[in-house]
Amino acid sequence: MSTLQRVWASIRGSGPVTNSSSNDPRKYLRNFLLHFRPAEVPERSIGFALTAYLGVASTVLLVMLILSGLMLKFVYEPSATHAYASIVYIGSEVPFGQLLRNLHRWSGYALLVTAFLHLLRVFYTGAFHGPRQFNWIIGLALMALVLLSNFTGYLLPWDQISYWAVTISTSLLDYVPGIGTPLKELILGGPEPGPATLLNFYALHTAILPLSLVFLVLFHFWRIRMAHGIVVRRAPDERLTSPLPMVRTVPHLVTREAAAALLVVAAMLALSMTLDAPLAEQANPGMSPNPTKAPWFFMGIQEILMHLHPLFAALVIPACLLAFLLCLPYLRHDAPATGVWFGSKRGRRTVLAAAIAGCLLTAGGVLLSEAVLSADTASPPTVLRNGLIPFLAIVAVVAGFYAMIKKALDASKSEAVQALFTFLTSAFLTLTLIGTWFRGAGMQLVWPG
Amino acid sequence: MAMQEKKTSRRTFLNALWVGVGALSLAEIGFLISRFLKPREQRFAENTADAVIAAGSVDAFDPGSVTAFVRGKFYLARLDNGGFLALSRTCTHLGCTVPWVDDEKRFVCPCHASAFSINGEVLAPPAPRALDLFDIRIENGQVLVDTGKRTKRVGFEAAQAVYPGRA
Repeated sequence: MSTLQRVWASIRGSGPVTNSSSNDPRKYLRNFLLHFRPAEVPERSIGFALTAYLGVASTVLLVMLILSGLMLKFVYEPSATHAYASIVYIGSEVPFGQLLRNLHRWSGYALLVTAFLHLLRVFYTGAFHGPRQFNWIIGLALMALVLLSNFTGYLLPWDQISYWAVTISTSLLDYVPGIGTPLKELILGGPEPGPATLLNFYALHTAILPLSLVFLVLFHFWRIRMAHGIVVRRAPDERLTSPLPMVRTVPHLVTREAAAALLVVAAMLALSMTLDAPLAEQANPGMSPNPTKAPWFFMGIQEILMHLHPLFAALVIPACLLAFLLCLPYLRHDAPATGVWFGSKRGRRTVLAAAIAGCLLTAGGVLLSEAVLSADTASPPTVLRNGLIPFLAIVAVVAGFYAMIKKALDASKSEAVQALFTFLTSAFLTLTLIGTWFRGAGMQLVWPG
Repeated sequence: MAMQEKKTSRRTFLNALWVGVGALSLAEIGFLISRFLKPREQRFAENTADAVIAAGSVDAFDPGSVTAFVRGKFYLARLDNGGFLALSRTCTHLGCTVPWVDDEKRFVCPCHASAFSINGEVLAPPAPRALDLFDIRIENGQVLVDTGKRTKRVGFEAAQAVYPGRA
């Protein structure tokens, strides 16, 4: 054996890599893949109709974000005096710089969308029951990390949009009693956003958050293996323990995943070539632009803030929603995981009704509150009049809706909880849309355009 | 039976010891991190020697006028009755910078449309409190504003205004 051959043999390793004796180089890839994928997966788990490959898309976006972010680190300067100039430099002087920045920005937003849709998929196919309860919690933690990554990254260009978005988002913490203001000053490194804030956010965005994300994603994957794969469709009369028809992971699952991954990469590249990431003038602490908006993914909260006392908008309502999400898998459901979207035909109907009701009631509530507010502009808002009373009214509407779904539509508990989740999600999305597109100068309601 | 209990208790004790030592070392690391991050506060803090700003002569400000001071991040408002107020330019709602709209004689926040009167009181929600105040001294006809001393308040009271010629 020549030296070269011996070196190659040492790289390839010994031992039985596969049972095929061919010298096909793909067997090394297969061998590698099978270290963390099962050899066989249920045939029903690999179709587009069950998962829409949203987990795959999210993973691919995370990888793209890490790679493009690593490239941007070579040009970006995290100091208040140089950050903006370095972003302009990336866009105007660095070959492919603008493309890379676009790719990073749009992939970050896309990850928020795919991760959220993945959460909806998991919820509506009942994949948070049984052995997957804790993986739902890990998923929520991942969602929080994705939100924080987007938020910290939002500040880095240090332009008027990012500076003021971070100012108003972090000022929300002032309304959390006790720990709010110290927490805000810890995050900002001072009483208001400044050079320390930029350095804090840079360290979080480029090291702590991505490391945590990668670690938790691997944990998330491992728990899928522990649960013997993802949830799959079962016929109503089929026993949950009966064996499923299986296919080999390579090539049946892996090729589908690769196709989905390539589509995601192609879509993000196409988007980045056509649409530039936003950049306003350099941050100016002396002048707030009109209107000043939070990042779009926090616009739902900012819209609530337009109507309710900040204590409720910033603390009570988000805490209630988070508690609901955390408790979801541990409620006593009366239907097991079926892997069928919306559980049943009636489930589908109640979800549709809940989505429409959530959207219309929210839009109506916004208009009503707007009319009341413009009639009464004399006195500053109080916790009772602008907080507790409207909050209890909202709780009454939501509880009434839950009771109606259960009684009038004769829904099971699982279906009613599903409808409640849909109602709240629809309401939050409506608020986000209103805040993002229907608020103009002075945060007045306007038609978009 | 007795021996077993004794064995378990020794093991329990040692395990508890390990947990305790682990917690202690975590606390040490936490202390180390907090000490490590401490000097940054001074490095990024604004120089407090500049906190007192000489705004100018009393006569330079007409009654009913508002003057912006970019360096101190405040407005010097002179009320119609001649009193002075140094108002923080930061909206009490979510921290936006509020500009003075001279035509309407009010501060209007561009972020959520809160409005404040010349003495800082809330004219339109969602702002929950009047604009913060900074301390004012008048010495030898000069208005001095101490931006290091910020007072939070709910509304305006006559005693908050500082008048020239009174102690």
